[in-house]
Amino acid sequence: MEIEAARMIGAGIATIALFGVGTGIGHIFSTLISTVGRNPSVQQRVFPYAIVGFALVEAVALYALLIAFLILFL
Amino acid sequence: MADPLKQFQIEPYVPILVGNADLSFTNSSLWMVVSAGAVYGLVMLGTRHHAMVPGRLQSVVELAYEFVADLVRENAGKEAMRYFPAVFTLFTFILMGNSLGVIPGIFTFTSHIIVTFTLAMGVFLGVTALGFWLHGWRFLSFFVPPGAPKLMIPVLVPIEILSYCFRPISLSIRLFVNMMAGHTMLKVFAGFIIALGIFGVAPLAVNVALTIFEIGVAFLQAYIFTVLTCIYLHDAIHMH
Repeated sequence: MEIEAARMIGAGIATIALFGVGTGIGHIFSTLISTVGRNPSVQQRVFPYAIVGFALVEAVALYALLIAFLILFL
Repeated sequence: MADPLKQFQIEPYVPILVGNADLSFTNSSLWMVVSAGAVYGLVMLGTRHHAMVPGRLQSVVELAYEFVADLVRENAGKEAMRYFPAVFTLFTFILMGNSLGVIPGIFTFTSHIIVTFTLAMGVFLGVTALGFWLHGWRFLSFFVPPGAPKLMIPVLVPIEILSYCFRPISLSIRLFVNMMAGHTMLKVFAGFIIALGIFGVAPLAVNVALTIFEIGVAFLQAYIFTVLTCIYLHDAIHMH
């Protein structure tokens, strides 16, 4: 197989990681919504944690993007 | 369609060659100076009149100060307030750099891995050195998780050390990739606008939404970098 074709296929396979990322972000916000639903007064306290959690999970998505780029161009 | 990656090109404005080392003053350096100068100017101008009832600019500076001070106190403990100036500088530098980059035409210096890696390595080496300075060789007991069964220790310690050494890498890559991916997406959609003619309204709307999102990401990534720095400080000072 030519190296270019293998690179394209590798970059495509690297996007499978986004499956876990989507699940993770959905889980965080689903928990946030049900927590605020049970106890609306804690909204100010848990929202920063939700945002921090979202940014950390998003970072994993971007690690996958980085790996895809490394496969594609290096 | 123009190359969406051309915006990350480093252009030397004042070429300076010391032997074999290229120490030119580049567009990246220029925007770092502008960013640091802007933060300095903001803080100095805001605190010029030490008013008891703050005016607008002083309120902004006080808000920023309180925000980072609460971060440090909550995540690193009250003793870590001696490192507050470093954390405040880090936060405002990254925030200003990220925010200036959202403006079209301005170079985002945090979108280069070498810049974010230097910042993250500075944090990592500083925190590790602080840990050894405060606790001596006992700092190495940080890598043995409390409450671990004695038999598991030879398995756990290399994993702990590896995950500790991964910190500067994850810290730097998180910031760099967020900035690079955001700006590349903006340029890719901007390329579609002209190419589609009258239907270019759709990519334009997407670009507007993306720019708003990028402003949010600029603040969020600066906040995440600072929060993690405070958590690593807590680890160094309190060791668990």
